[in-house]
Amino acid sequence: MVEALTRYVQISALWVRASRAYPVSWWMLVIGGFLITGVEFVGIWILFQNIDNLGGFSLHEVAFLYGGSGVAFAIADLLVGRIERLGQMIRLGKLDQMLVRPVPLLVQVCADEFALRRLSRVAQAGLVLGWACTYVDWTPSRVLLTVLMLVAATVIFTAVFVALACIQFWTIDSAEVANAFTYGGNTVTSYPLTVFPSEVLKAMTFVLPLAFVNWYPSLYVLGREDPLGYPAWTQWLSPVVAAALVAVTMLVWRTGVRQYRSTGS
Amino acid sequence: MIQGSLHVAIATRSFRRYSTYTAATLAGIFTNCVFGAINALVLIAVWKQNPDAGGYDVRDAVTYVWLGQAMIMTVAMWGGGSPTDLATRIKTGDVALDFYRPVGILGWYLAADVGRAAFHLVSRGLAPTVVGAVLFDLRYPAGPLVWVAFFVSVLLALLVSFAIRFLVAMSAFWILDDQGTQVLMSAAAVFFSGLTVPLVLFPGWFGVLARALPWASYLQAPADLWLGKDQGWALLGVLALQAVWSVLLLAGCRLLLGVAERKVVVQGG
Repeated sequence: MVEALTRYVQISALWVRASRAYPVSWWMLVIGGFLITGVEFVGIWILFQNIDNLGGFSLHEVAFLYGGSGVAFAIADLLVGRIERLGQMIRLGKLDQMLVRPVPLLVQVCADEFALRRLSRVAQAGLVLGWACTYVDWTPSRVLLTVLMLVAATVIFTAVFVALACIQFWTIDSAEVANAFTYGGNTVTSYPLTVFPSEVLKAMTFVLPLAFVNWYPSLYVLGREDPLGYPAWTQWLSPVVAAALVAVTMLVWRTGVRQYRSTGS
Repeated sequence: MIQGSLHVAIATRSFRRYSTYTAATLAGIFTNCVFGAINALVLIAVWKQNPDAGGYDVRDAVTYVWLGQAMIMTVAMWGGGSPTDLATRIKTGDVALDFYRPVGILGWYLAADVGRAAFHLVSRGLAPTVVGAVLFDLRYPAGPLVWVAFFVSVLLALLVSFAIRFLVAMSAFWILDDQGTQVLMSAAAVFFSGLTVPLVLFPGWFGVLARALPWASYLQAPADLWLGKDQGWALLGVLALQAVWSVLLLAGCRLLLGVAERKVVVQGG
């Protein structure tokens, strides 16, 4: 594990150095990354110029949901987001090269073309979250749960990225299907889930448990009633869900790698 | 005449090139539908609070969302299409060969992008709209004139979008790597086209400004025509603004291409 992490950092550092070759472009990418998610929140702010609550939640509360999901998603994307190129790596034969190197495959795939500039997205979501936090009525247990939430949410998104990218072991052109759940999951959890039909909320609790990214813990932190009336301990369940997802993801990844037979043409 | 049939040939081949990747197209349609459903549900919640926000009713808003999903790939809002090929050829130096050919670069790439857009319109445009129509109550153009105006508007949207993407790709001539300009362009396009939030919701002068910018051509203009918000002279005004932008931007492409041609240095030269 320690060795894997060291290798990850080494490969990443290599890519960071390489990206400095085009400084003008690099800075534009940093600013662009900030803006591309920044406009999403400006969009939410514009919605609130026309309404005073969305699904029963105020702008500050939506900002807490948006920021929580955004920070976790951006960190997960920074760390393992490159895995969505798995199909391309397979097609170009890059994956075959990686398989014969003495570094764990998952590390190589995720650290490939590592882009530190993606930190700007973390910063953007972090700013929104920080602003939202100034409106929260803090207690020690709420602080604790917020920290737990951010860690668990990052792990959940990381697991979802990896698990869904594995579909590309079977159909290499399907990267976009995963987008619907990764980027789509980030978008859905940026809004109060009361906006969606209760079937969606149930699916996001029991099928693909993205509601644990921020919805349940945020209900506790914001002091809101659970619209589905689930017991209060569900609001503390995110770390357990994250651990379970990691276990499932490891299984899926191993199955994918084991049955991988290269492209053949 | 020979030039004309050449460009038709380029466009049809480009259409076929994009139609090869069936799995990717289906996956993309699926993603468009998921985002369409999410955004439609969010806007339904907004319009429940404010039933005539921005002069739209809830049915207009939902229709707008699905038109947005249909336009994403058709006008390549996030970037891509034939200008991406140009950017790659600038980086590798292959563009020197393009300058050497007896066919104009701009026309060549425009024809290729029209072929791509035609494929994306009938696949990534049509399919999500049909799914949206099944899942939600949508509004449709009232009469043949509106249909014609809508498709003219989409064509102009493509010209504006192509010209902007072409300008962005040409930035690689000067700063060697076009990824930075590309991302900045995407952010502007996604926001000012009205994909993030309909431009009719933008407050005050900001809304007026946004609707005058070229990106409004991508989605807000054709959507308003589809919904019948602009009729008579207003309809012609919308199309005229799009036409002015496409002429100006394409002229900009031609001008910059001329400057670039004198600047190109092939590896080793």
